[in-house]
Amino acid sequence: MSATNNAAIPAPVSDNVVTLDADLALEVALQLGLNSKEYEGVVKTQGRTPSLTELYIYSLMWSEHCSYKHSKKQLRMFSSEGEHVLQGPGENAGVISVGDGWAVAFKMESHNHPSAIEPFEGAATGVGGIIRDIFTMGARPIACLDSLRFGTLDKPRQRYLFEGAVAGIGSYGNCLGVPTIGGEVYFDEAYEGNCLINAMAIGLMREENLTRAVGSGPGNLVVLIGSSTGRDGIGGASVLASQEFDEAAENKRPAVQVGDPFEEKLLIEVCLELLQRKLFVALGDLGAAGLTSSASEMASRGGVGIDIDVSKVPQRESGMQPFEIMVSESQERMLAVVKPDDFAAVEEACKRWGVACTAIGTITDTGRFVVRDTNLPAGEDIVADMPAEMLAESAPEYDTLMQRPAYLDMLQSFFDEDQEEDSADDPVSRTRFVSSTAEDPQLLHDVLTEHVISGKLPSAVMDTQAFAPTPEAPLNQMFMAMLASPNIASKAWIYRQYDHQVMNNTVVLPGADAAVLRIGDTGRGEMSNRGIAATTDCNGRYCYLDPYTGAQIALAEAGRNLACVGATPAAITDCLNFGNPEKPEVFYTFHEAIKGLSEACKFFNIPVISGNVSFYNESFGNAIYPTPAVGMVGLVDDITKIATTGFKNEGDTIILVGETEDELGGSEYLKVMHGGLVAGRIPKLDLELERDIQAVVRDAVKDGLLASAHDLSEGGMGVALAECCIAGCIGATVALDDDLAAHSSLFSETQSRILVSVAEKNSAELITRLTDANVPYSVIGEVGGSNLNIEGKINLDVEKMTNIYNNILEQLVTRKSA
Amino acid sequence: MTNMRFGVVVFPGSNCEQDVVHALRYLGHTADYVWHQDTNLAAFDAIVLPGGFSYGDYLRCGAVARFSPVMEAVSAYANEGRPVIGICNGFQILTEAHLLPGALLRNSGLKFICKETPMRVEKSNCKWLDLPEGTVLHIPINHNEGNYFCDPETLKSMEANGQIVLRYCNEDGSRSVDGSAPNGAMDDIAGICNERGNVFGLMPHPERVTDSLGGNNGTDGAAFFTAIAAYVKGA
Repeated sequence: MSATNNAAIPAPVSDNVVTLDADLALEVALQLGLNSKEYEGVVKTQGRTPSLTELYIYSLMWSEHCSYKHSKKQLRMFSSEGEHVLQGPGENAGVISVGDGWAVAFKMESHNHPSAIEPFEGAATGVGGIIRDIFTMGARPIACLDSLRFGTLDKPRQRYLFEGAVAGIGSYGNCLGVPTIGGEVYFDEAYEGNCLINAMAIGLMREENLTRAVGSGPGNLVVLIGSSTGRDGIGGASVLASQEFDEAAENKRPAVQVGDPFEEKLLIEVCLELLQRKLFVALGDLGAAGLTSSASEMASRGGVGIDIDVSKVPQRESGMQPFEIMVSESQERMLAVVKPDDFAAVEEACKRWGVACTAIGTITDTGRFVVRDTNLPAGEDIVADMPAEMLAESAPEYDTLMQRPAYLDMLQSFFDEDQEEDSADDPVSRTRFVSSTAEDPQLLHDVLTEHVISGKLPSAVMDTQAFAPTPEAPLNQMFMAMLASPNIASKAWIYRQYDHQVMNNTVVLPGADAAVLRIGDTGRGEMSNRGIAATTDCNGRYCYLDPYTGAQIALAEAGRNLACVGATPAAITDCLNFGNPEKPEVFYTFHEAIKGLSEACKFFNIPVISGNVSFYNESFGNAIYPTPAVGMVGLVDDITKIATTGFKNEGDTIILVGETEDELGGSEYLKVMHGGLVAGRIPKLDLELERDIQAVVRDAVKDGLLASAHDLSEGGMGVALAECCIAGCIGATVALDDDLAAHSSLFSETQSRILVSVAEKNSAELITRLTDANVPYSVIGEVGGSNLNIEGKINLDVEKMTNIYNNILEQLVTRKSA
Repeated sequence: MTNMRFGVVVFPGSNCEQDVVHALRYLGHTADYVWHQDTNLAAFDAIVLPGGFSYGDYLRCGAVARFSPVMEAVSAYANEGRPVIGICNGFQILTEAHLLPGALLRNSGLKFICKETPMRVEKSNCKWLDLPEGTVLHIPINHNEGNYFCDPETLKSMEANGQIVLRYCNEDGSRSVDGSAPNGAMDDIAGICNERGNVFGLMPHPERVTDSLGGNNGTDGAAFFTAIAAYVKGA
């Protein structure tokens, strides 16, 4: 506990607060999720036994979700310094400058726990929450991305969660008119009990309109704008997001809020108008812990007090207790500080937009967070009286125990040759394991059949006419099965349900390495040729097998994705999804991932400007894969000079920048072809090589040298080649000159590789640049024809590949429950 | 090209009005926002009801917006033979206001659809479009309720009166026997006009393919905001 600085606690406003009986107070505190030590801290801070309302408020403000009590120390490893940064962590969202006076606010946040209970509303309100964080800063929301994780689609429950979450995201973003431009999704058993819904939003503003949620000016009014307050979502932060799930999880459904995107759309318009007219002193949104956290954080940041009268709060239910009003998580509400003279103008604008607007309190100079209910008799009307700063910023902070999980060594060394000899009765030799299906057609057939029967792969991959192996192309069928894995296949079924074009600025549509947006004030003012690029990345399987390197790879891949469209990374936000931090093994993975990510960020000079931690992603004692999702935003100097994934022209030369090594540990290949195996050493990451490769490709794109660029990730070279062909509707003939076994050559996931194609007139220049940059590369083939022919390995018709690749996700989701 | 002054109506929950204004200004027109409580449209050469989710579309799409004060003015304006276009939600509002026949039902696949879609120009008396019959245009659609429906008599009379303006089709302009509409629309209908041809409703979003830098790599939508200028000038 760090609640030590007692001398600084400002004096109470009232000595007449009705407190609880001491024994009862402790009992209630424990029920609300505080531990006895934290309860002692409450008593110490208050200098007496707390009231019921105070206890509720403390339990929320000191919950993991609001206080980051287990993660604060680790998060200090991140650096938020950078040339573009206007606002780092600690506000509703981080802000960077993107040139010509434009600034971009962005943040990613989880809504995992509500979505696991009720996917549609959970995901929808996740989008609503993150968008409020953005326009609170004074920025117009211009894009959303979503990083999603579910269990495998052979399970009906997982299809329900997936379909519901996608529909929920769509329903909210589409209604607001904010395009959903990108994201990622993975399916793995590890997320079966806890799906991950991480929503990222980006907003655009002129630099001078940057607004912060800092309350100031004693005498100013505290104004609640938007929806009325009900009992929905009470305890969302403490009940849902700060505990593991068990059999009783279904009963938590009432703690999930219900979204009203229409109200939010009106809030965006009225708040941006009022911010523009400088009628708000401060603005904050009501998210987790509702009015409590919004008001106390605003007071705390401004070093002022705040006095709220709950009887003034418009309520949608009768008989609400003061504590219920204070902790309700009813959606679509904003809290503003307004000068008394400006209140009439604020009221007028709100009325015009049809949005409720009520003065519920005042800013004071007492430094106290005071809650009163003027329905109670005078003199007894104060129900909570707490030091504002202690409440918001002096929550407990823990040094958590860490222990390296035993599974790490076991799985990492799974394929090592110096292990004990495989015993004779071991049916599959470990060292032979990775190549077995590639070398044994019958075994491959059996593996695929099993996947098809279980519903993990579509029956179309068994089409022996279309995908039959031949002596010249022995791996056709395996190749199709890889393309049909839902982790690899096209995500068009998802993004077709999202409006990804509204605002007329989406330059590169979803499905590419990174989305590219034009910077412009559509329909209101200036448009420019500047752009931003955005992506989200994280391979949870890597992070499970090696949290340090896995987290670094998430950052490297995000940067590589941006390099492929010619964008320079500017900053990241992160959403750190982990299990129960009170378990030393889980906390070790958290620590390692942050260490890896923060060191890589410093190496690449990329600041972390906002983020979110989601712990307790566990069900029945099983934690998810550590999943530190990275959301990266980069700058595009000229949106007419970008590259896209698809091969373009017959005769273009295909060059692999980087080189392939035998790195199948943790790969999609092992997962798909070897019975769900997740083991081995994940690919190495050489930060310097990664930096050099990104730089040379980024510059080549910016200078217009490349016809296409595509990053290699899950599924390696084979999948990347197929994607370039599918996106370009054209074939290619390729010879891979590495010395690896065929399956490794095709599906190894070695990092720091980008596949580019280049017209003949530019190829000499590109090769000179690659040589000068001292990065490995090889000329591997030529664009053209209607087949993808990888000599000696596969030869497949692009149209047939496209049919499988594009349609598989829909087939797996919409098939009837078995 | 003739410069026109467009009024773009903003209902609470409209979300494509800015895109339309951008597209119109990009094409050299003048465009102003018209708040849904305004009722004076005299100054405008044409009125646009843009896409979005008016009033959240929580009730039937467009069913609340049609009662906004501006809609009475839009009806009067349309009845004078002056040009009105309704895009997506605007189309839904026009059918709710009975300025166009039929209704837009939920997509047959029960999912929201956002994608560029081929559609062909039919022979019609629509004043908003002046392209040869059979021209294939690529325009994004973006809706959950775009499944056009009307009774058989209405369909017949619309056909006879040249009111069917756009039909979804295959890439080569042909139509599949079992329908080419991604949303299940009757007779593949993507856009219709009234008998006089001055009121036009369509589900696709031409404003999204007007400024090629906007990323959809097309300018097929520009035609929808240029032909009308010639009509207005001639009228």
